[in-house]
Amino acid sequence: MKKLWITLTYAVFTILIIIPLVRIFIGSWEEGFGGFVDALRRPQSLHALYMTGLIVVTVTFINTLFGVMLALYLVRATWLSKRLRQLLNSIVDLPFAVSPVIGGLMIVLLLGPNTIIGSFFGDLGFKVVYALPGMILATLFVTFPLMIREVMPVLQEIGTQQEEAASTLGAYPFYTFWKVTWPSIRWGVIYGVVLTVARSMGEFGAVLVVSGNIMNKTQTATTLVYQDVENFNVLAANSVALVLAAVSIGLLLMMEWAKKRKEH
Amino acid sequence: MHIEVTQLNKHFGDFHAVRDVSFTIEKGRLIGLLGPSGGGKTSILRMLAGLETPTSGDIVFHGKRVNDLPPQERGIGFVFQNYALFKHMTVYDNIAFGLKVKKQSKEQIRNRVMSLVELTGLKGFEHRLPHQLSGGQRQRVAFARALAPEPQLLLLDEPFAAIDAKIRQELRTWLKEMIERLGITSIFVTHDQDEAIEVADEIMIINKGRLEQKGTPWDIYKSPQTQFVASFIGESTIVSDVSKLKGFEPAADREGVKALIRPEYIEIGKPHEFRIFSATEPGRIKQLHFRGSEWMVEVVVGDTTLITYRSLEKDILHPGDEVTVLVHRAYLFTDEESWIMENRLKEDPMPIHI
Repeated sequence: MKKLWITLTYAVFTILIIIPLVRIFIGSWEEGFGGFVDALRRPQSLHALYMTGLIVVTVTFINTLFGVMLALYLVRATWLSKRLRQLLNSIVDLPFAVSPVIGGLMIVLLLGPNTIIGSFFGDLGFKVVYALPGMILATLFVTFPLMIREVMPVLQEIGTQQEEAASTLGAYPFYTFWKVTWPSIRWGVIYGVVLTVARSMGEFGAVLVVSGNIMNKTQTATTLVYQDVENFNVLAANSVALVLAAVSIGLLLMMEWAKKRKEH
Repeated sequence: MHIEVTQLNKHFGDFHAVRDVSFTIEKGRLIGLLGPSGGGKTSILRMLAGLETPTSGDIVFHGKRVNDLPPQERGIGFVFQNYALFKHMTVYDNIAFGLKVKKQSKEQIRNRVMSLVELTGLKGFEHRLPHQLSGGQRQRVAFARALAPEPQLLLLDEPFAAIDAKIRQELRTWLKEMIERLGITSIFVTHDQDEAIEVADEIMIINKGRLEQKGTPWDIYKSPQTQFVASFIGESTIVSDVSKLKGFEPAADREGVKALIRPEYIEIGKPHEFRIFSATEPGRIKQLHFRGSEWMVEVVVGDTTLITYRSLEKDILHPGDEVTVLVHRAYLFTDEESWIMENRLKEDPMPIHI
């Protein structure tokens, strides 16, 4: 009985994760290494990968900075009432509960070219929706909880006493943050960054809705894969997907390695 | 550092944690803040440190009001209950923290840290991390770290609470000696009366946010000013009708008088052991408890049960034995006031009714 369950578990794991990965790998190498490289060297592939890279870097930067700050304020802000903090704390998880497509739609409805705010920015020559800013916003929406959920438990666990001790020893908040708080939350932040990078690289729904998926303009790697599949260009789709998968797997392996290092 | 606190109040929401507390502390004294848990001792300590802002009242160090000064500028050292050591730093770096903040030279820091390491008996442990130390060692690190920037006032929050009983005793003595040697004004918080009596020059009893009494341990023991202090310090039995005890009849003159009698106010024994037999009355042993170094005796006099101690050297008593009981004094109180009453018959060797 036990053996059956073990076999079944591994079977599910293989069907869900291993086989698709292998399939992508084989698919992208159908015409050998040359075909793989050619698929990636198409202008739209390079542009899409560039867009994805840009979004990943911007989103990770913003999310790290504000995620850590919000985590700090949610845990440490005693001037906010407990109720309010609990409410904020649950709102943080909203992007997990709401479908990314709906998240994207909210941005279009709020900031689209026909809305008040959207036309205001449009008149200033700053396009939000169907342009990079909207895509960054959509990706931020989706990845928002990741950093906070990694950092908050660590902050709660370490408490405020070490920081108070630092203040009685003459250290001001900035110094205390870097010398006392940061070393404790560092690994949490690193996990948060890894998860944010992986998630923003793979984001599809929200970005698709917000970007309009215009080739060589607002197309990201994931939406390109989608379009390639639609156009029956399976080889190209597999090749771009392989790049994305490889980077994600690399990141996760790095995180595992980092975890191990931390434990030692 | 000379400290003056006037009319200090602290509210946490609806909770009135500290009520109208005023006191002065002379330079170089070692003060114990003693009281039950949740009584506001730690809040007072944290307000002195600047970690908490008073709702009202003044805190004055050396004639200068420090209410608005942040903890960084108060020149204090604080030892936290759980030490709050920087857990990713070695013992050396923990102690050096306050000196690095002050941007002292490497040489200066090294000298100061090494002298503190020596002083606190941590030599050889400089490169350990906090989790590699025992509780007692951690406490010493916390102490050394707080002392490193040469504070004028040392504040200790339940410094011995997290240490097991045996080592606690050693550390108490060590800490008292250390503080006396350095001559630094120090305030520590404790809920353990033995600790306060043993370590402190002066005790402040805090209950429900109020300062009940301030004085030397002996003063507080000898003349408690409130009922709470009397019952909190030392052991005692509360007697509701003290006028039934021989020698305390005048207590009946006042309405609602209750008495508090300490075990050491009571003597029991054979009739011939008492010099003034007329002040004694008969009692019966109800229960005996062995307390390691003496007997705790429950004795019934009339319809009141009193508690006292008896040396192991004396004859062993048994439950049901008839004994002679002398109550030397009682601490009487009504809702408004309190006073000490000596056994009337003991003071007057020729009582009228003989």
